[in-house]
Amino acid sequence: MGVAEQLTRGRSIVRGRIDVLLVTLLVVLLGVDLLGQLVGGALGFPFLASVFLEGLVVGLAYGLAGIGLSMTYSILNFANFAHGDTVTVGAFAGWSTAYVLGGLGTAGVGSLFLLGGSPSISVLSAFGVVVIGALTAGASGAALSLALDRVVYRPMRSADGISLLIASIGVALGLRYLIAFVYGTDVRGVTAPVSKLGLFRLEGVTGIGLIRPGQRVGELAGAGELPFFLPVGAGGTGSEVLVSLTLHGVALAIAASGLMLGVHLLLQRTKLGTAMRAMADNKPLARVTGIPTERVIRATWIVGGALTGIAGFLIVLERGTMSFTFGWLLLLFIFSAVILGGIGSIYGAMAGGIIIGLVDSMAIIWLPSSLTKAAAFAVLILVLIVRPDGLFGGVTTA
Amino acid sequence: MIAGTMGGIYLLLILVGLLAGFDAGGVVNTLRAATVYAAGYGMLVLALNLHWGYTGLFNIGVAGFMAVGTYTTAILSAAPSTEPGFGLGLPLGVAVIGGMLAAALLGVLTALPALRLRADYLAIVTVALSEIIRLGIKSRPLAEFTLLGTTVGTGGGRGISYPAPNRFGSWALETVPGGGAVYDVGAAVGVARPVIEGVVYMFLLIASAAAFWVFLVRVGNSPFGRVLKAIREDELVASSLGKDTRRFKLIVFAVGCALMGLAGYLWLGRSGFVNDLSFRPNITFFVFVALIIGGAGSNTGSILGGMVFSSVLFYFPQFVSQNFSPGGVAPRNFVAALDGVGAFGAYALQNISAIRFMLIGIVLVYLMQNRPQGLLGHRTESAAAIDLLDRDAGMRADGGAPDTASRPDRQGEDGE
Repeated sequence: MGVAEQLTRGRSIVRGRIDVLLVTLLVVLLGVDLLGQLVGGALGFPFLASVFLEGLVVGLAYGLAGIGLSMTYSILNFANFAHGDTVTVGAFAGWSTAYVLGGLGTAGVGSLFLLGGSPSISVLSAFGVVVIGALTAGASGAALSLALDRVVYRPMRSADGISLLIASIGVALGLRYLIAFVYGTDVRGVTAPVSKLGLFRLEGVTGIGLIRPGQRVGELAGAGELPFFLPVGAGGTGSEVLVSLTLHGVALAIAASGLMLGVHLLLQRTKLGTAMRAMADNKPLARVTGIPTERVIRATWIVGGALTGIAGFLIVLERGTMSFTFGWLLLLFIFSAVILGGIGSIYGAMAGGIIIGLVDSMAIIWLPSSLTKAAAFAVLILVLIVRPDGLFGGVTTA
Repeated sequence: MIAGTMGGIYLLLILVGLLAGFDAGGVVNTLRAATVYAAGYGMLVLALNLHWGYTGLFNIGVAGFMAVGTYTTAILSAAPSTEPGFGLGLPLGVAVIGGMLAAALLGVLTALPALRLRADYLAIVTVALSEIIRLGIKSRPLAEFTLLGTTVGTGGGRGISYPAPNRFGSWALETVPGGGAVYDVGAAVGVARPVIEGVVYMFLLIASAAAFWVFLVRVGNSPFGRVLKAIREDELVASSLGKDTRRFKLIVFAVGCALMGLAGYLWLGRSGFVNDLSFRPNITFFVFVALIIGGAGSNTGSILGGMVFSSVLFYFPQFVSQNFSPGGVAPRNFVAALDGVGAFGAYALQNISAIRFMLIGIVLVYLMQNRPQGLLGHRTESAAAIDLLDRDAGMRADGGAPDTASRPDRQGEDGE
């Protein structure tokens, strides 16, 4: 019997390892191929750097949007399919506010509210408005989550995860088409073009600089035309953009990192955070210990909803466009991020978001552009089948 | 019961149609359209019921399996020179069977690794798979490729044309002796030829839905079906009793996917043209809502749910908005619509499709909160040949449901 047990254990370890081994092998192969392409000249450094940076920024947004999903998934124990549409509602509420504030006087409040007019909002031209917009997005996300919890999920507290999941599909449909009813179904551009921060080479001088939307590196008379240029070294000839990121991307990265740090502190240093982690671990035990579970659930919805709303606002800030389905289309990416990182783990959601963002943007090196999204979903399926506990399996922090 | 519900829906549509000033042809056409929707949803809901209602497999990739079935049938049957899309020009029967086999094969390939997963993970895997399939259909490599020296493909974003299922009407009336007389009868009462052909196609769909129903009722009442219900209630018990639950689940998944593929071709692809946009995840959720309205686990309920969902929630609002236009111009946007009740009403009528989807969402939440078993849930049906629960309703295994709550179940059983 002891031998048999040992055998099964050994076999299961090997089986677990084989999955991981294969995936690792695939990653290594792709890495080697990438290096080969880079050395062979099939792939330019600027291209690689730009897809990497784009993936990183988008991934941070996925991670930020994923925290709320991860929290409700672990504490309430259901996959919230309405999460993507919370992202949409937050973004629309935030941008409506930003438009009304930023465009006051240029057009009627009603038309501004519906994102009409062109107040030309960017982090440079209207920083305060963008911040207020983001805060409104967060507040709307929190308020919406609380209201939905009160009306939809609280009466179903004792129901199983699947019933809640189905109800959340209904919520998702309701929210999405409420937005469509109010705002219409067009895709709209909301942000003004903004300067790019980047690493440039200007006639042999490499440096970090800022470039205005209309400017092109090749057409510059000299570094003096840029708003800002800091030479860091010489080498090479000619002028080119080595890697660049819009200031909106920079804002997204800074805000997302800051918020994630805040969540980390909340969970690790406060009593509420400890209570949340306790509930995620073992709900009955948490209740027995005297944790006010309903209050913690409400706090979870508030924190998660606020982060989700802000994430929606920031994603639109970076992309520049939005429509009533954009959050819904993000949902699978967010699920991928959360599951990849391990449900309930905040750090996992961040890491998972970055990995999914990188997969989505870097898959273009090997796949036609129409299939990069499919690659990200394939990673999701692979993780669910090979390692349903996530990459950092079992190490839940919240 | 089904006849009664459909009769009620017909009566409603006839009344509203007459209010809108339809002639006989218009009324017939309206009823035909509603019935086509009801039969199409009925088929899909029945197939999903095999997965979710009988076996408890939470498959929300219906759109993907439909897409594989429809596209395979389309590629196999489309003429080689067709535009857009590239086909093989095989006989229709071969193509339809090929489509079902392809959907079943994909079902097995999905199920092999995925059935180990928890229900919510299976849900995410299947919905992600359906999106991968849709993106793949749209992608360039699959749009046109060479297979054994022949060019085939999905046509990418341009879609694919193929022999349309709804041409069955004209084919049948021209082939069957005496078919021409039907046209004459129609002309006499003012029903145009295309409407008559549509009605014949409608009967094909009804026959298919009925065939699905008979097949699934037989499966459900067979020893095989009892194992499925056992798996749904408690898989551990089923496997402890020596049933190879993995095999059962695999077979069920394959069969359900094949049915979804067939229903996809016959109903969703009825016009002879599909593209990737036909298979967005929304359609999966609609089928799910219909299943939950009818009651998971009940075949009669599945048909009923398909009818109620498609006619009352899906078709009727659109029908009203198309045929009743308010006086004046509807407000351009939401803020302008807040001017007054009249303006809001006109705006709402113009944007009724958004309202319709909101309503579907609200109905889903309401049902999950108040009646998760649907109109005709069969969740407490007995596995034994005679109903042991009839003796004493208080002896229910689940201990909860009072006798009154089980009454709809009984009615459902009468219907089968």
